[in-house]
Amino acid sequence: MTDRRSGAQVAEKPKTAFWNDRDVRAVLFQILIVLGVLAAGWYLVHNTLTNLESRKIATGFSFMEREAGFSIGESLVPYSAADTYARAIWAGIINTLVISVIGIFLATILGTVVGIARLSTNWLVARIASIYVEVLRNTPLLLQLFFWYALVSEALPGVREAIRIIPDYVFLSQKGLRIPHIVANDIHGWMFALFLGGFAATLFWRRAAAKHQEATGKLRPLFWPTVGFLFGPAALVWLFAGAPLELIKPVLRGFDFQGGGTFSPEMIALLVGLVTYTSTFIAENVRAGILSVSKGQWEAARALGLPNNRSLRLIILPQALRVIIPPMTSQYLNLTKNSSLAVAIGYPDLVSILNTTINQTGQGIEGVALIMAAYLTVSLSISGFMNWYNKRIALVER
Amino acid sequence: MSKMTFTFVNVLAAGAVALLAAGAAQAQGAGTLAAVKQRGAVNCGVNTSLPGFSSPDAQGNWTGMDVDTCKAIAASVLGDAKKVKYFPLNAQQRFAALQSGEIDLLARNTTWTQTRDTSLGLNFAPVTFFDGQGFMVSKKLGVKSAKELNGATVCVQPGTTTELNLADYFRANKMDFKPVVIQELSEVEAAFFAGRCDAYTTDSSGLASTRAARAANADDYVILPELISKEPLAPAVRQGDDEWYNIVFWTVTALVEAEELGITSKNADDMKKSDNPAVKRFLGVTPGMGKNLNLAEDWAYNAVKAVGNYGEVFERNVGKATPLKLDRGVNALWTKGGLQYAMPVR
Ligand SMILES: N[C@@H](CCC(=O)N[C@@H](CS)C(=O)NCC(=O)O)C(=O)O
Repeated sequence: MTDRRSGAQVAEKPKTAFWNDRDVRAVLFQILIVLGVLAAGWYLVHNTLTNLESRKIATGFSFMEREAGFSIGESLVPYSAADTYARAIWAGIINTLVISVIGIFLATILGTVVGIARLSTNWLVARIASIYVEVLRNTPLLLQLFFWYALVSEALPGVREAIRIIPDYVFLSQKGLRIPHIVANDIHGWMFALFLGGFAATLFWRRAAAKHQEATGKLRPLFWPTVGFLFGPAALVWLFAGAPLELIKPVLRGFDFQGGGTFSPEMIALLVGLVTYTSTFIAENVRAGILSVSKGQWEAARALGLPNNRSLRLIILPQALRVIIPPMTSQYLNLTKNSSLAVAIGYPDLVSILNTTINQTGQGIEGVALIMAAYLTVSLSISGFMNWYNKRIALVER
Repeated sequence: MSKMTFTFVNVLAAGAVALLAAGAAQAQGAGTLAAVKQRGAVNCGVNTSLPGFSSPDAQGNWTGMDVDTCKAIAASVLGDAKKVKYFPLNAQQRFAALQSGEIDLLARNTTWTQTRDTSLGLNFAPVTFFDGQGFMVSKKLGVKSAKELNGATVCVQPGTTTELNLADYFRANKMDFKPVVIQELSEVEAAFFAGRCDAYTTDSSGLASTRAARAANADDYVILPELISKEPLAPAVRQGDDEWYNIVFWTVTALVEAEELGITSKNADDMKKSDNPAVKRFLGVTPGMGKNLNLAEDWAYNAVKAVGNYGEVFERNVGKATPLKLDRGVNALWTKGGLQYAMPVR
C-alpha cells in the first residue's frame, strides 16, 4: 500500500491500536474541532435568543413585510413611505450598488491616469501627481467626505441663484445637479438595436483585422471603424428620422426645480470623496505594475520599432496587469465597503436605511445580519469576477 | 472628531452589545439598585449636546433638564447628586446602551412610544417634558405655516421618532418632501444652516435649543406654529427590575410633588418643620415612604435639595431667563392648566 504523506510504498500497516493511528487521529481531531465550533456557535445563538426573549426584545425577520413608514431621499427603485421594509432595504442596496459601480469605474480611470502621470518624464506632471496621491492617501476618508460635503453645501448658491451650466437645461445649486430628462421616442428602440448590431460588427472587424495582421503583417485601422460601427448607424437613423429630441426642462417652482433628474449634493460629495481617495491607491498599484515590467521590455519594443503608446498598450500593460489586478480587487472592495460612510453625509445607502430600520423595529441583530449578508454578497461577487479576470490574463505558458 | 462614532461601527456595536448582553445581563438581573450602590455611581445615558437638556461645559460639568433627572436619582439613591457617570449617546446608540446594561437609566430627550415601551423592552418613568415636533425655517423663505412646505427638502436626524412623524405628516397632508438624513446632530445642523435644507425638524424644544446655541443669528430663523406630533419626553429603564423602576418613577414624581407642595431647594430644610402631614411624609419626617422604595427616608428631600422642584428645574434650564426662552405651557402644573400631575406620594 501507499503512505498518504510520503507516497512511498509501505509494505504493511503497522499493528497499533486504532486511536494511535495517524490517519484516524487526523480525521478524529478535525471532527472534534468542527463539533467544537458548532457547539460554541449554537451556545452563542441560543443564549442570545433566550436573553432577548427574557427581556421582551422582539426577534425574527417578520418585520420585513411591515410598512416602513419612512421616506428615502433618493432612490432608483420606485419607493414611498407606504412600502414595506423589504422594499426600503432593496432601495438601499440599489443605492449602494449605484455608488459602488460608478465609483469603481471612475476611480479606475482616474487612478490609471494618475499612476501613469506619476511616471511621466515631465517633472511638473509627475510632481503634481505625487502630491495628489500623498495628500489624499494620507488623510482619513471621513474627513475628506465632510470636506467635500461642506464644500458642496456651503460653496454652491441656493436654488434661486442656481448656476446655469447650460442655460434652461442644466443647473447646479445647493439642491444638486439638475439635468433634463429625455422624452422616450420609438426611434430609441431602433437606435439601441443598431448599437448592439454595431457592437457585433466591431468584434467581427477586430477579429478580421487581427487575422489580417497575422497573415500579412499589415495593420488595419481600429479606432475610427469601432466608433463608426458603434454609433454610425444609430446616428444616421436618428438624423433621417428628423433628429427627434424632446427634453423635459427643469423649471424652478416652489422650493426646487420640477422636471428632469437630480444628482444630489450628498451623492456628488460621496462619489467625489470615494473616487479621489480610492484613485490614489489604484494609482500606486498601476505605478507599481508598470515599474515591475523590466526596462528590457521597453527597449525590446522600441527596437522592434513600436511607438511609445503602442509599446505601452501591447507590451507593457499586458504584463503589468498581472501585477495590478490582484491588489486592484482589494481597492474595489474597499470602495464598496467605504461607501457605508454615506450616513455621515446623508446619502441613503444600505447602512443608512438599515440604521433607520433597526431603530424603528429595535431588531439590531437582524439588521446587522442583513447588512453583513448584503456586503458579503457584493464583495464576493466582485472578488469572483476579478479572480476570473485575473485567470484570464494570467501568463499562459506554452 | 473623537466624539464621532460612526455608522458601520455604530450598527455593529449595537449588534455586538446586544450579543454581549447575553452574558452581562444575567449578572445584572440581580438588581440595579444593588449594582448602583456597590459602584457608588449612577450610570446615566444623556444627550451628546443639546443645551437646556444635557450638554457639557468646558470643564466637563453637565447641565440640563435631563442631567437634573440623573442627579435627582443619584441624590435619592446615594445621597449625593454628584455621583453620576454620564454616557453621551446619539439617537441610535441610546437603546442598545440601555438594553445591554451599560447604563442604568436613559434620560436623553426620549419620546415615550408604544413600540419602545414594548418591543425594545423598556419601561418609562413619568414624562419630564411634554413636547411636540415642529419645523424651523429661514425667515428669508417667507414660509408662515408647515402646510406651505410642499416640495421642501427637510433635514432630519435618523434614529428618532422625528424621522417617522415627518413622513406621516406629509403623507397625511398629501404633500411631497425630500428628507436629508444625517447621523450626527452637529452635521445635520451644519447642513441646515448652510442652506442645504429648506426646513429642519425635531422636537420643538430641540429646535429652540439648536436655534439659540448654533445659529449665527437666531433672529434669522423662525419656528413654525404647527406641532405635528406628541413627544412626551421621559426617562427610561430596562424591563424586569421593578425595584429600580419604582425608584426612578417616584423620584421623577417627587420633583413635581415638591412643586405642588411648595417645597423648593431653598426652603426644604425649613419645610421639615411644617405641620402639613403630606410635607412631613414627603420629606421623611414621618417615616415610611423611603422604606417602600428600599431607600433612606430622606430620598425625596435629597433629590429636591440637590436639583430643586420641577418648576425650578424647568426655569433654570429652559425657562424664560435662558437662551431657549420656553414657556411652561403644557408643562405647567395641572392646578395651573398644565399636564404635570404627580401621583400621590403616600
Ligand atoms: N424625542 C425624539 C428625538 C430625540 C432626538 O434624538 N433628538 C435629536 C435632535 S434634537 C438629538 O437630540 N440629537 C442629539 C444627538 O444625537 O447627539 C426621540 O425620542 O426619538
